[in-house]
Amino acid sequence: MATLLFAEHDDASLNPVTARALTAALALGAPVHVLVAGANARPAAEAAAKLAGVAEVLLADDAAYAHRLAEPVAALGVSLAKDYGALVAPSTAFGKSVLPRVAALIDVMQVSDVIAVVSPDTFDRPIYAGNAIQRVRATDATKVLTIRTASFTAAGEGNAAPIRTLGAVEGAAGSSFLGEEIAASARPDLSAARIIVSGGRALGSAEQFHAIVEPLADELGAAVGASRAAVDAGYAPNDWQVGQTGKVVAPDLYVALGISGAIQHLAGMKDSKVIVAVNKDEDAPIFQVADYGLVGDLFEIVPQLKAEIAKAKA
Amino acid sequence: MKILVPVKRVVDYNVKIRVKADGSGVELTNIKMSMNPFDEIAVEEALRLKEAGKATEVVAVSIGPVKTDETIRTALAMGADRGIWVKTEEAGIEPLTVAKLLKAIVASEGPSLVILGKQAIDDDCNQTGQMLAALLGWPQATFASKVVVGDGTVDVTREIDGGLQTLRLALPAVLTTDLRLNEPRYASLPNIMKAKKKPIEEKSAAELGVDLAPRLEILATTEPAGRTGGIKVASAAELVGHLKQAGVL
Repeated sequence: MATLLFAEHDDASLNPVTARALTAALALGAPVHVLVAGANARPAAEAAAKLAGVAEVLLADDAAYAHRLAEPVAALGVSLAKDYGALVAPSTAFGKSVLPRVAALIDVMQVSDVIAVVSPDTFDRPIYAGNAIQRVRATDATKVLTIRTASFTAAGEGNAAPIRTLGAVEGAAGSSFLGEEIAASARPDLSAARIIVSGGRALGSAEQFHAIVEPLADELGAAVGASRAAVDAGYAPNDWQVGQTGKVVAPDLYVALGISGAIQHLAGMKDSKVIVAVNKDEDAPIFQVADYGLVGDLFEIVPQLKAEIAKAKA
Repeated sequence: MKILVPVKRVVDYNVKIRVKADGSGVELTNIKMSMNPFDEIAVEEALRLKEAGKATEVVAVSIGPVKTDETIRTALAMGADRGIWVKTEEAGIEPLTVAKLLKAIVASEGPSLVILGKQAIDDDCNQTGQMLAALLGWPQATFASKVVVGDGTVDVTREIDGGLQTLRLALPAVLTTDLRLNEPRYASLPNIMKAKKKPIEEKSAAELGVDLAPRLEILATTEPAGRTGGIKVASAAELVGHLKQAGVL
């Protein structure tokens, strides 16, 4: 039976984490159909059809799916579930909200945050903030999985999968959308960025975070992240948080500025390819995971670093 | 309006866990246990709604073996009115099963709101609230950072990727808490003493009609691939040299 992958998108475009979750879905060994649920979501469906390995795109384009609220999208997922051997979604706010709802309605125990597909029924997943890895075999006939996308490479492009349109399904009501505040940013998305520059409590204020962390990020073309301490102190918005309960990232380069390295933070970034830490405390735990550590005052070092990078790029 | 708050007993968030050498799990003997931090936020939010006159009673429920009542007592010491303990032989009941047990408790208690932590810091599943909402056919709002109870509705601001989203749910509904919803209170000594007299009703999974058999077979629990510290560099220039060589710039 085929695998159904729930696409992460905003109607107009497909989020790059979808291509990473697709790699995990393909590892199950069955044809993969991608479900794009939204309102005016054809552009996202067309982007999904280009992803290598997709057998078919299902487009549920209806006002009922605007903003992808959990209740209607889960009802749609349940209506499709009987034709699929596995239901898969990236571990995003959307995937985490919708998929357990679907799983409960088809009486399946979900496997959350899959980091490796060992076989079509056996998966690795982190527990205790990534301090242990559990290997589980899912015994339910249908597998329901959310994917930690940082652990998978993105599937390529160069496909033209057919797009099949679906009608809306009668779903449970009870929730309505009131509003959204999404920060517009020219920077890359944290969960898909190649380079991330993160700041911690040592930045001392929102102004200094802005003045120190962001220029370095822009010089590198990087996304900006933050530790929980920096977010709680109000230096950075909460959707920048990297860690166990924030975003889990694995960029090519992660630069930690003034971050001590609490286990909850390390859980969110320790799979990065190269880690750089700048901290004035030479005993900070972040240095135990950093490939390159620089002990010193970040307010002096970061501007130097920015200048050196500009020089290196020139 | 009654609020039901499910709470979970987990390894304290300050404890650095150890994986057992034989791969059978995580060392839990003589380890400090506490209420899951997200559940503390759920209890706090329920108490604030009661103190604001929006709720009349806060009922804490937990599912687990011996000593799980300590976690319920913590909720009672914070200010919950009474507790329900679904006593099991083992810890680690799966979220789907927990959701079924909670559904049965909702049927007998009739709360208008169930507030749960968004995830437990032991299994990190992030499922129970959504599953409970699905089984009840109720609307849900996960990752709440602000909760405003209206007349028959609740407006919830949620932390989503890229920012915040606000939903209006018709009551009854299920909410799950994110970190920034509130700062949970500490239980005062007089309240800890008072909590000892508050009632905790014991129930069994059998009387709630729920089968506890797990659906996931845990094959092994292992240490994550370690990462060793690299080198210390002396200057920004040296660092950039290394990064160029590593090909990540």
